[in-house]
Amino acid sequence: MKLDLLTSLYVFMLAAFIGFEVIRRVSPLLHTPLMSLTNALDAIAVVGAIILAGEHKSNLAAILGTIAIVAATSNIVGGFIITDRMLRMFKSSGPKKP
Amino acid sequence: MIFSENFIEITYIIATALFILSLKWLSSPTTARRGVWAGEIGMALAIIGTLLYHGIVDYKLVFIGLVLGAIIGVPLGKVAMTAVPQRTALSHAFGALCVTLVGTSEFYLRAPNIPPFMMAVLSLEVILGSLTFTGSLMAAAKLQELRWPPQRPVTYKGQNFVNLTFLSLAIIVAVILVLHPEQTRLFPALIFIPLIFGVMLIIPIGGADMPTVISLLNSYAGLSAAAMGFVLNSKLLIIAGALDGSSGFILSVIMSKAMNRSFTNVLFGGFGQIQAAAGGEQETKPVKSATAEEAASILSAASRVAIVPGYGMAVAQAQHKVRELYDALTKRGIDVRFGIHPVAGRMPGHMNVLLAEADIPYDKLMEMDAINGDFPQTDVALVIGANDVTNPAARTVQSSPIYGMPILDVDKARTIMVIKRGMGAGFAGIENPLYYMDSTLMLFGDAKGFVGNIVRELSGGHG
Repeated sequence: MKLDLLTSLYVFMLAAFIGFEVIRRVSPLLHTPLMSLTNALDAIAVVGAIILAGEHKSNLAAILGTIAIVAATSNIVGGFIITDRMLRMFKSSGPKKP
Repeated sequence: MIFSENFIEITYIIATALFILSLKWLSSPTTARRGVWAGEIGMALAIIGTLLYHGIVDYKLVFIGLVLGAIIGVPLGKVAMTAVPQRTALSHAFGALCVTLVGTSEFYLRAPNIPPFMMAVLSLEVILGSLTFTGSLMAAAKLQELRWPPQRPVTYKGQNFVNLTFLSLAIIVAVILVLHPEQTRLFPALIFIPLIFGVMLIIPIGGADMPTVISLLNSYAGLSAAAMGFVLNSKLLIIAGALDGSSGFILSVIMSKAMNRSFTNVLFGGFGQIQAAAGGEQETKPVKSATAEEAASILSAASRVAIVPGYGMAVAQAQHKVRELYDALTKRGIDVRFGIHPVAGRMPGHMNVLLAEADIPYDKLMEMDAINGDFPQTDVALVIGANDVTNPAARTVQSSPIYGMPILDVDKARTIMVIKRGMGAGFAGIENPLYYMDSTLMLFGDAKGFVGNIVRELSGGHG
């Protein structure tokens, strides 16, 4: 158990560093799509909710888990749709191919 | 069984890699859409992997959840571009809701056998999740301009004391639970105190602070998801949460730098007091105003034009008229570019999305630092619905509440034109000396209507 938590801390630290480096490079032009995309990715929490609802260890867990699935899935679906809609609008003025 | 467990882990590892690539590809508009696809594939893989997990006995509830979520998600993905800020706030609320509910279930499933470190992380998850839930709902309601809560900052005496009390109470409950996880009666307090705290935290925030606050809530939502990853021992979730958390954090830093304010100042400073302080000074100084016809003739004589949009353009839905103006001027061989302040609008990048929606090429949208050096060589700077981000007092008047805030140096352009409804002060009630300069012309009217009139003059008057 202890070892798991330690590994998790390492993973968290490394991921935070990668996050900083990758996101620092995102153009300010795309800050709104960045926020909606990270929001959709963050909804990977649905995985935890699926296990909770699916395992059905208690009625409370199953009900809360199902509501959690609804909340996260709406973020996944809505987040990806709107991010793609926004990115499709960004066009260059150059005569490059679309 | 062993095969399928390894299979799940492999889908998670691929998903993690795709998530990181997804954000990497977002660095440029040319690769950004690939980033969305990477994210979608990663997400689909992880969900399929999870559905194969042998512990799942009740598929019915899972599918009900997935289908209902998709039904709610589709319209949320199709809102108008002007509604993106409130949609974003709402999605932070949903993310936080998911995390809080999972954390709550985990507590009741595991109590009282929860090791201290685990309980500490679980408390963090639930506290951050609940305060982000109500905080984001409040932010969304303010952005949607609902009747309640009021959009203006609501401040009262001792506000910071009350807020800090709520926060301390939540932390005290968390500490007790870490030491005595069998005290399950206390757990609801760990949810309800932060729920109230979230409301109290956002109520004093005004519209112009929204970019920072949305970013901060984004960061909290990410961190709470990472905490959930610790509780469930899911590396995938820890990484996704850390990416989201650092993204929100970076954006909040950029936003507060662009306003020359610290986080604590945004959250606990309350612009309300400043408003009262700046309101006293009321002078009637002469301003020069111009008609659409005059504006059109000045514009058509220019060779370089810089347009500076602000939240007023979004409110007036003027972006499509601005596009027509851009076309009319470009057709005459005039160089037109846009100067975008980082905090223009209600969320990071808000103006860029609106202008891109109106089909303005993104290489004409300039960041503040990229365009500021060019203003002295600019014939006309046209300010549409922006105020504080162009206020030269930020550079010169030390007593000004916005002193030190980086601004767009429009006052250095040869001619400045400002489209504004009237002489009312901006959001913070701060006087803008730009309007009284000799080189400034005030164009009084609704942004959409006025830009439309200029376009009509440009196409009709001179052919």
